[in-house]
Amino acid sequence: MQDAILSSESSMQDTKNVVVSTVVEARSLSLRFQTNDGHVDALSDIDLTIESGNFVSFIGPSGCGKTTLLRVIADLEQPTGGSIEVNGVSAEQARLSRAYGYVFQAASLYPWRTIANNVALPLEIMGLDRKERKARIKKNLELVNLAGFEKKYPWQLSGGMQQRASIARALAVEPDLLLMDEPFGALDEIVRDHLNEQLLKLWDKTNKTVVFVTHSIPEAVFLSTHIVVMSPRPGRIIDIIESNLPRDRGLDIRETPDFLSIAQRVREGLRQGHSYED
Amino acid sequence: MNHKEGRFLPVLTVILAILAMWYVGTVFLNTPFQKDIYKRQNQENVSMMTLVQDTMAQERPVLPSPHQVALEIYNTTVKKKITSKRSLIYHSWITLSTALLGFILGTLLGVALAISIVHNRALDKSLMPWIIASQTIPILAIAPMIIVVLNSMGIQGLLPKAMISMYLSFFPIAVGMVKGLRSPEVSHTDLMRTYNASSWQTLIKLRLPASLPYLFTGMKIAIAIALVGAIVGELPTGAVAGLGARLLAGSYYGQTVQIWSALIMASVLAGSLVGLVSLANHFVLKRMGAAA
Repeated sequence: MQDAILSSESSMQDTKNVVVSTVVEARSLSLRFQTNDGHVDALSDIDLTIESGNFVSFIGPSGCGKTTLLRVIADLEQPTGGSIEVNGVSAEQARLSRAYGYVFQAASLYPWRTIANNVALPLEIMGLDRKERKARIKKNLELVNLAGFEKKYPWQLSGGMQQRASIARALAVEPDLLLMDEPFGALDEIVRDHLNEQLLKLWDKTNKTVVFVTHSIPEAVFLSTHIVVMSPRPGRIIDIIESNLPRDRGLDIRETPDFLSIAQRVREGLRQGHSYED
Repeated sequence: MNHKEGRFLPVLTVILAILAMWYVGTVFLNTPFQKDIYKRQNQENVSMMTLVQDTMAQERPVLPSPHQVALEIYNTTVKKKITSKRSLIYHSWITLSTALLGFILGTLLGVALAISIVHNRALDKSLMPWIIASQTIPILAIAPMIIVVLNSMGIQGLLPKAMISMYLSFFPIAVGMVKGLRSPEVSHTDLMRTYNASSWQTLIKLRLPASLPYLFTGMKIAIAIALVGAIVGELPTGAVAGLGARLLAGSYYGQTVQIWSALIMASVLAGSLVGLVSLANHFVLKRMGAAA
């Protein structure tokens, strides 16, 4: 508590630095898939620490294991070697205690539920009462600018709105950790830019830890505090780039030299991992 | 509304075509017997017109004409008291009630089997072959066995016949529901995992709603064959009452008009039942937000 007061009095940029703790800790993590024609090293010797309040992006070409790594953090995939801890406990325990919200590549809304009821889904499973559910639905739909769409069905919404609804659903659980698997991958660039800006504001407002999978360099650089560059065959980490861009950034920042130099470093990392070869 | 009007004309055309073929068939199939009659009565030079008319007015024709069947249906429905043993409505109700009970039991059994198969790998391996094998046994062979066994246990009346309906109708439900319960996308089931949902919660909130379209497809088939099961079930019970009894009695006494009217009644019944399931399907899916 005292930390919070102290930091709020210090410089504006540090206001969000309350108590930093380790959210994700991976040590020599590896995952080998057995297939009919041999095995595939989806992840190989991954060492990664993610601290609270960070916005971490995994970037790399398809097949580099970025989604697999996210799924390992979420305990949707089991590693075959090394260790993974989430919030200081095993990934499974973290999942069982609903430590994170997961946003899939497709919005994955249940088509027979209205937008409000889709957001209510995790809340029903958690056993929250009707009043609490209503309050959280309202709050989170407002947070993603979807107030007024409660009674609509998913098919009545655009792709971008559906994805926003799925983010509201993930936030409704009120997790400190948000895992996002290429959430805007299927959207056009104009909608994507807009949602990136909104996501950044949301992150700034809520001070959540976000782990974000993408294959877009501008998206990764624009959003992240840390960019994890990955490479395929075997899936491994090439470089971890810490961004010095201010927390409060607009789309214009993409024209600045700082932005371009980080983007350049990401590109070099990808080249180093032979990501541009066939 | 528009697409319904568009459907009306093709259906009407097919009905008219069937009626036309039926009349042609009536004349052709009944002509030999009619000529025999003329020969016996020493009638010669019968005009074509008279022959055609006579083939459609025989008492026990090989193939009764549509209007003879229509008249028989009219006489045995509108003109008879419902409680009368000669009322087709009375017999239809006997069969219908059996079919409905069998259908309900079959649906429950099918859904229960599907749920246990989806949730238990051992049951999936062990149960499914038996479910399929059950349908390879001719129902005519097993129906009397069911009646006899249940009768020895003191169960008589509606239930044994309904069991035969159930035996037929659970199959499309079980097969459809297994597919339906497994139909949710990977991300939809993963989502439940991230919420730490129990398998019961996953069943209620994901698998069952996702399987409803499959359930209704299964139910449409099941209700039609439940009716077949009910009719078959009436035969070994002495054919006392019901459409099956009418069919059997009709064939004993060569009452082809009676057989055909029972047949028509059975298919009208089946058509209406399938229509009712379709209607329920439409309303349920609409309430579940399906795109118009």
